[in-house]
Amino acid sequence: MLTLLLITFPLLAALILFLAKSKASKTLALSLALVEFIISLVAFYLYKHNPDSCIFWFDVAWVQSLGIHFNIAINGMSLLMVLLTTFLVPLIILSSFKNEYAKEYNFYGLIFIMQMALIGVFTADDGFLFYVFWELALIPIYFICLVWGGENRGAITFKFFVYTLFGSLFMLVGLIYLYNHTNVDGLKSWAVNDLYAAGRSLTETQQSAVFWLIFIAFAIKMPIFPLHTWQPNTYVNAPTQGTMLLSGIMLKMGTFGVIKWLLPVVPLGLEKWGATAIGLSVIGIVYASCIAIVQKDYKRLIAYSSIAHVGLISAGILSANQQGIQGAIMQMLAHGVSVIGLFLIADILFRHTGTRDVDKLGGIRSMNGNFAVLFLVVVLGAVALPLTNGFVGEFLLINGIYQFNAWAAAFAGLTVILGAVYMLRSYQHIMLGERKDSQIAFGSLASSDKWVLYIVCFVIVAFGVYPKPLNDIAEESVKQLMLNLK
Amino acid sequence: MKGLLIISALGIIAMLAEIFKFKKLLLPIVLMGIVAAYAFNFMEWNTSMSISYFDNMIAFDKMGIAFSGIILATAFFWFILANDYFEEDTNTVDHFALVLFALVGALMLTSFKNMTTLFLGIEIMSIPLYVLAASKKKDLKSNEAGFKYLIMGSFASAFLLFGIALVYGATGTFDIMQIRTYISANSQSLPLFFNAGIVMILVAMCFKVSAAPFHFWAPDVYQGSPTLITALMSTVVKTAAFAAFLRLFMVGFAGVSEMWTGILAIVVALSLIIANFSAAMQNSVKRMLAFSSISHAAFMLMVILANVRSNLSVNALIYYSLAYSFGSIAAFGIIYNVTRNGNENTDAFNGLAKRNPAMAFCMAVAMLSLAGIPITSGFFAKYFVFTAMIATPYKWLLILAVITSAVGAYYYLKVIIAMYFKTQEVETETIQVEKSQTLVIVLTTVVTLVIGVVPGLVADMFRF
Repeated sequence: MLTLLLITFPLLAALILFLAKSKASKTLALSLALVEFIISLVAFYLYKHNPDSCIFWFDVAWVQSLGIHFNIAINGMSLLMVLLTTFLVPLIILSSFKNEYAKEYNFYGLIFIMQMALIGVFTADDGFLFYVFWELALIPIYFICLVWGGENRGAITFKFFVYTLFGSLFMLVGLIYLYNHTNVDGLKSWAVNDLYAAGRSLTETQQSAVFWLIFIAFAIKMPIFPLHTWQPNTYVNAPTQGTMLLSGIMLKMGTFGVIKWLLPVVPLGLEKWGATAIGLSVIGIVYASCIAIVQKDYKRLIAYSSIAHVGLISAGILSANQQGIQGAIMQMLAHGVSVIGLFLIADILFRHTGTRDVDKLGGIRSMNGNFAVLFLVVVLGAVALPLTNGFVGEFLLINGIYQFNAWAAAFAGLTVILGAVYMLRSYQHIMLGERKDSQIAFGSLASSDKWVLYIVCFVIVAFGVYPKPLNDIAEESVKQLMLNLK
Repeated sequence: MKGLLIISALGIIAMLAEIFKFKKLLLPIVLMGIVAAYAFNFMEWNTSMSISYFDNMIAFDKMGIAFSGIILATAFFWFILANDYFEEDTNTVDHFALVLFALVGALMLTSFKNMTTLFLGIEIMSIPLYVLAASKKKDLKSNEAGFKYLIMGSFASAFLLFGIALVYGATGTFDIMQIRTYISANSQSLPLFFNAGIVMILVAMCFKVSAAPFHFWAPDVYQGSPTLITALMSTVVKTAAFAAFLRLFMVGFAGVSEMWTGILAIVVALSLIIANFSAAMQNSVKRMLAFSSISHAAFMLMVILANVRSNLSVNALIYYSLAYSFGSIAAFGIIYNVTRNGNENTDAFNGLAKRNPAMAFCMAVAMLSLAGIPITSGFFAKYFVFTAMIATPYKWLLILAVITSAVGAYYYLKVIIAMYFKTQEVETETIQVEKSQTLVIVLTTVVTLVIGVVPGLVADMFRF
């Protein structure tokens, strides 16, 4: 029931915002998001005490004759993803306090619909329901990018929508193929375990086909090279909060999907094609990092760095061992937090100076030392310095990939070096050195921005120093998963 | 059966309206008549299995009743939507009668048991439509549409008739059940011209449902006809034609399916490719929807192609027809209002979100449904087709359908982008939609969403 509440509350919040059309939508949205966060904390607390409690589990028949159930449940990994979602949404809303959006109640309402769909994706235990939430998440973000996006939004959001829809439909075909092979007392079923069983009963060729059908959808969402071409433009043109949703949470739909809906389903397919997919991921890491190094637009630079990070995550997952997957989960959490900080910083720079061009900025530290410190902490988190939250995940990931193949690990490890190059170099350009003409005065930060950065920095440091509570859950759930993989 | 009789009687009453001067009352009478027909139709739901009429020429079984239900419901909404189409013209009464007779033909097509009834149904449905397509008498394009439709339609009818004659020659019967038994009894000794007959019937039916490569009439006719007649053609007529197609090939010719499924697969593939890529290049919204209707025809043909588990196929086709009809009624209702000033291009929709937010929302839902995005009914329609197809050897068609669906999203989204993102260059006043029309558009949108969220309402209908 608690899971159901987690899904329905954002929907309710969205309806309140749509109907109230209140002038104080910002505050209203923030408080509703905080309530949702508190609910998820309660869930976290209860889960710690009794992970098997029936309140995490909800199941009613949706379309009886087709075996479709509205079946949602929380386990360790989905709990972490839900927490990430409910934690980031209030931050995203808070970060928008300095932006003026037309009809903001619609804007925040769509964010909540998005939150509902995302939590649905993370908790669905029915293949069909998973697909429905997966597609549902696309619609609000599409409208957020389309209505409140930057200059060229028409063509760009278009590409984004068609690209992802294209992938999703392949996944649908793959899932239906699995469904068609399920057999529970002569009936077909969409339940996740039945789909696992159906997938394992297939021959290697069939599994390979299913692997690619499903993997394409996830690869587009993440995105993995060479299916990433929609991403940089979409990130740059979306409103900052849209970018945060896309990179902070929506990207995790893809990586989460691989862990839950791909690895256990087609072990033979993974054995045959896993190396190819890891190869693509690693190519993506190096390729995106190299492009990030020469980027001038800071927002675009972060977009490419995101491709590099997610490439590492996906390689870790596909190596299909305890360290790799556990690292991936930790890194998904860390990346979600730090990327929101980075995109907010890009937005702050733009609001204060009117540009995001790295070359035109400089010497901001001398004007606002406070901001420089916060920025530095976020950057260090992003480059995964020890004692930041990025370190745990990245270490485990590279360890996991190394167990799979040393060469892959060597190339994937480049992400650490190259990441440090583009992150620190851009920091140096923007914050240090001489003041440039473009910024006359870089005043103090707005309190809402300050608070978001404080919280982000706190999380980066706190979970870098003491990652145990999250790491324990991740470790436990991956152990469960590994039983399924064997 | 009673439904069919009521609609026929309504047609005759409509013709009398001019003489006895109750033109004003005609619309309420027709609407009540359709409701009555609908009610009588479903009263036969539980008792219908064995009753047939006129020496087994026609019989309303569950499948027939379900399709009739969709047709009558769509027609009900259509009449409300079209009330000012009837007011504008001088020949109000003729138009009423023509539409009602077309409906009679459509109902016959859902429940024929005999190939003569099939032919009669198709002709009764088509001939009024030839006239209706040309009903904007002073408009050149409308005349062209009517003329083209007539020539092409008659051509197809001739094919159909020839095909029926050949099948009759081979099997010695018009009755589709008897044809079925004959085929299974003599599967080895069927003459070659029997195959020719089936192919000719197939071609004719593909003509009627506008599947490629027999689709050339569709874009011109859809564009030229008055918008509301286009709505009628793409909903009622399409549903009826598919009901007939399904029954004829699933019941009558199922025994020789290996000879026509191959041809049908090519037809589906061509329709998917040609329709979607052509639709993506259109400026006129009506023309775009004409091509999109070809692509939807391809999806529905896939159901007939899948054919293997009849239960699933029938359900899938019924759901698809319902989803498509309601989505189209909403879309055409809005197009009718938006394009009143004569501009039928996508840019007529620019800034609709500001000029009339409610209509823009309904149009967005309709477009998302046609594109097949959850949680609209269009998604489940596609899903059922996929489920039916996955068990057949034609899996490559599914992949093709997926690729072309993505193209489909492109042109449906073009309308949404125009509504929400672009603005009118010239300042135009807000678009006023008549109350009754608003009601229809909102209702069909609600249905689209409701059966999208709870597809079981329709999908669990057949459980034999």
